[in-house]
Amino acid sequence: MRLTSSFIAGMLFAIGLAISGMTNPDNILGFLDIFGDWKAELILVMGGAVVTLAAVKQLTASQRQPVFDVKFRIPTRRDVNASLLGGAAMFGIGWGLGGLCPGPAIASIATLEPDIFIFLAAMAAGMLAHTKMEKHLEKGN
Amino acid sequence: MSYLLALVGGVVIGLGAATLHVLIGRVAGISGIAGRVLSADPSERDWRSVFLLGLVFGGALMLFVAPGQFSTLSSEPSTLRLILAGLLVGFGTRLSCGCTSGHGVCGISRFSPRSLIATLTFIGAGVLTVALAS
Repeated sequence: MRLTSSFIAGMLFAIGLAISGMTNPDNILGFLDIFGDWKAELILVMGGAVVTLAAVKQLTASQRQPVFDVKFRIPTRRDVNASLLGGAAMFGIGWGLGGLCPGPAIASIATLEPDIFIFLAAMAAGMLAHTKMEKHLEKGN
Repeated sequence: MSYLLALVGGVVIGLGAATLHVLIGRVAGISGIAGRVLSADPSERDWRSVFLLGLVFGGALMLFVAPGQFSTLSSEPSTLRLILAGLLVGFGTRLSCGCTSGHGVCGISRFSPRSLIATLTFIGAGVLTVALAS
């Protein structure tokens, strides 16, 4: 049930991304183009997702553990540091260059568009580079 | 992109994230799931792999139902630009521990200041990039 739940969650996530139009990079760039012909819809996508998730969490707040697992694993970090700011800035630049973020890019694999595969290959390389860097830094310490 | 579809899509995204939270207690942060599907704790690999499969499958399903929701950039970005975009998105999301889903949706829904600041930073950087690069 644990894996079935995860599959359904991923599927719902992709369906939502496609319904909202996040899978069309023109919509992303239109949202980021505040100084041009601004498309504000993405605010509703994020707003709708945030409110829905917060509401479900509120309704299930008395739950002590997940239905099919032993404990909740929720990030607890609260620090704002250079990695957070620098990483988010890098991500934003990449997002503005291609109009793609990880979720919509993966959900668009079935289009078999070469652009999606080029982007995903580069994204995987970037992630691997980060993992290598982290391991290298760990060794240094 | 219509306002109604944006809102409905957002709600469905929220339900996807809520499913992962309520049923197995994990955060639906796509960059974290994708970035750690192979490298981290082997016991955490299975649900991550299956989540990504669901993401691809849901996308395929929607491509069948509503192909108009998917399209490539009308500006036809160069291969070099796409590679640069991918590298920055991959490295940047791992460095800041999250992307649009992990920080923008899951983090903000639990009022994490860290996620709010990350989200404002990546939207700000994206706005500047589009303003300068287009």
